[in-house]
Amino acid sequence: MTSCILIADDEPNILISLEYLMKREGYEVHVARDGQEALDVMQRVRPQLVLLDVMMPGKTGFEVCQALRGDEALKGTLVLMLTAKGRDTDVARGLGVGADAYMTKPFSTQELTRKVRELLAAPPRP
Amino acid sequence: MKQGQRLVVAAALAAACAAALLALFALGGGTLVWSTLSDQERAAVTELLGDRVALLVMVALGLVAAAAAAAQPLYRLWFAAPAQLLEQAQVLLSTDVQRELSAAGAAAPLQGLARAFNELAQRRDRLRQDMAQQVALASRGIERERSRLAALMSELTQSVVVCNLDGRVLLYNNRARLQFKALSDAPALAGGAELIGLGRSIYTVFDRQLVAHALESIQQRLQRGAATPSAQFVTVTKSGQLLRAQMAPVRDSEAVDAPLGGFVLMLDNITRDYERDSAQDQLLQGLTEGSRASLGNLQAAVEVLDDPDLDATARERFLAVVRDEARAMARRIQDLSARSTQDVKTRWPLEDMLGADLVAAALRRIEAVCPVRTGTQEVDGALWLKVDSFALLQALSYLASRLVDEFEVRAVTLRLQPASGRAQLDLIWSGQAMSTETVMSWESEPMRFGAEASPLSVRDVMQRHGGEFWFERDRVRHQAFFRCLLPLADAAGDADPLNAAAVRHDSRPEYYDFDLFRASESQHALDDRPLAELSYTVFDTETTGLEPAAGDEIIQIGAARLVNGKLLRQEAFEQLVDPQRSLPEAGIAIHGIQPEMVRGQPTIDRVLPAFHAYARDTVLVAHNAAFDMRFLQLAEARSGVVFDHPVLDTLLLSAVVHPNQESHRLEAIAERFGVTVIGRHTALGDAIVTAEVFLKLIPLLAAMGIHTLGQAREAAQQTYYARLRY
Repeated sequence: MTSCILIADDEPNILISLEYLMKREGYEVHVARDGQEALDVMQRVRPQLVLLDVMMPGKTGFEVCQALRGDEALKGTLVLMLTAKGRDTDVARGLGVGADAYMTKPFSTQELTRKVRELLAAPPRP
Repeated sequence: MKQGQRLVVAAALAAACAAALLALFALGGGTLVWSTLSDQERAAVTELLGDRVALLVMVALGLVAAAAAAAQPLYRLWFAAPAQLLEQAQVLLSTDVQRELSAAGAAAPLQGLARAFNELAQRRDRLRQDMAQQVALASRGIERERSRLAALMSELTQSVVVCNLDGRVLLYNNRARLQFKALSDAPALAGGAELIGLGRSIYTVFDRQLVAHALESIQQRLQRGAATPSAQFVTVTKSGQLLRAQMAPVRDSEAVDAPLGGFVLMLDNITRDYERDSAQDQLLQGLTEGSRASLGNLQAAVEVLDDPDLDATARERFLAVVRDEARAMARRIQDLSARSTQDVKTRWPLEDMLGADLVAAALRRIEAVCPVRTGTQEVDGALWLKVDSFALLQALSYLASRLVDEFEVRAVTLRLQPASGRAQLDLIWSGQAMSTETVMSWESEPMRFGAEASPLSVRDVMQRHGGEFWFERDRVRHQAFFRCLLPLADAAGDADPLNAAAVRHDSRPEYYDFDLFRASESQHALDDRPLAELSYTVFDTETTGLEPAAGDEIIQIGAARLVNGKLLRQEAFEQLVDPQRSLPEAGIAIHGIQPEMVRGQPTIDRVLPAFHAYARDTVLVAHNAAFDMRFLQLAEARSGVVFDHPVLDTLLLSAVVHPNQESHRLEAIAERFGVTVIGRHTALGDAIVTAEVFLKLIPLLAAMGIHTLGQAREAAQQTYYARLRY
């Protein structure tokens, strides 16, 4: 069964690359351009994993992550946070609000796809 | 009675006593003999003596006279002489006169006693002189130390305020004064004098809790045995300035466990530094975080482009991303650098220096190291530079000496001008042509002075200043010059009142009053406080006329402070007020204030709050205070401040002290007290005269038993003049 992935980022320039990469990996890909849209799409398509940008208008990635962890239907979703904030305090906050993994921009695309594969292969969240 | 008369009386008394004694003795003896005689014998004796009674009495009197004559020297010897000696000794004991006791003509033991007294008195005098000398020496020493301290403080570029434990200011320097001026809500009006002044409370500026907390932590550190405990805090003032205060304790003595007597605050206004630092942080953050996102986009796109399966349309889309992001990054960098060029700060500590001073020093230095005539061209005297003057002077003299040594230049001149946010300092010469490469190579070589080599090059020196350096030819004038671009000191003068020009101040002695260390804050009503201990605001107003109720207004307020019996001229308050009405001619003749002088000045509703703050915690003093107070009271509704301070009136107090004098006009009293009147009929001039008069009144009142504020007010009320009402 193909895994379903949501990419939430407000920057089209990264969205286009991420979308291409994930499709090439054979995943079913959905995109969202802000935090609220991300939550809406997730309710609809129930992705296994979300690539979540931290800096988004409306709801930030932190808020989206917190919201989905509090939602019975979505709380099992895997979250990989992407951010331009490189301070260790931001990493700590991301992991604190429930992200499964955290990557700081710029990152290698190989690294990213490997991470996505690993997350999807791991036993599902309790 | 004189000594001689007394002696005569004493002698007469002694003679009378002796005569009485002899008469008694003779009578007793006669009666005894008489009782043993028989009747015939008695008759025979009566017959024998009866006719010779007069002779007998004569003999007796002669005997008495002889006895009296004999008694007088004895009396002198044993009574009069010791009495004289006693009196002399008592004079010596109760006064400071220096004189020898004399017991001339007295018995030998008495003369010995006098000599012993004299010896003791001499020793006492020597001891006194010794002590007086030592006291004088010590107080000279203290005076010297005080003025040294005051001089040192006034030159410090850091603000220093010393307070006692009650938070009363004992000492502050000019720098602190200027700093507080910048903190003032009404800088133009009160000039910060309402915030800082001797005897004022530091808590008007700093939160009491904050200071208490800092003191507590110092005390804790003291208890733990810290040698030099200090505490630091940063606080935001009412006017939004950021102040960093470092606090150090003042102990009553040098003993380790001596109690705290007060504290020293060293203040830095870090608002500007903080803003600069935050701006730099923002720049840095913008650079890193902004670039991270762009780089992420770029890297992802570039890596996708590596995919051989990518079709042409997709490839074009990813290339567009790359181009877009590259442009965005270039734009960001450009923006940042444009914003930060003015703010590139070298880490090297630079000092503020007047440009003209630097030029003068450079000329001296150049003349000292090489045989060359020097001079100046245009030098902008208003420029303040931020320089490492020592290194810069080295660089200039090094360049000059190479010009002289290698190109036989005989004269150099300096020029200093402003150049778009910086200063350009030119070292100019004329003479033979030289190649740019040659002279510019000097820039990077280590500077040499004779046999000595400096580790620095001219380029290093310029880098320290975040500046630039180049060589230029002025073909029209047949001149060549080196140009140094140097940083300017932070907006001198207008924005930053702490520039050195303002700090230069001729007088400094009024910034400290250590006697306040002793003053402890007694919270009971001011009425019980001695007049000599209180702080006063002595003020005067100039008005459009004499009838406040009929629409006359204040046009000027002048005030000075009296603290611990000292007139603090440097903490004066002087402000013209726009009365928003016409000035009657009659008044102009008296106060000399023309209508155009008050036009555009602050109005009373702005001036009075500043004056109110200035007069905080003091007793108001004015001459004919009822008049001035009436004006203040009538303005209460407009200004929103109520002057409910205790008030003393020099006119009434003068009437208390000199009830029989006809005039209690300020001039008349001033003349009586020998106070020089200058600047009469300016508010501040009159306030200062009033203050001096008041200072003279205090001891006169004390002599009448009027010591406290309450007593003074009561006495004033009882005088005839108190019935006069405006």
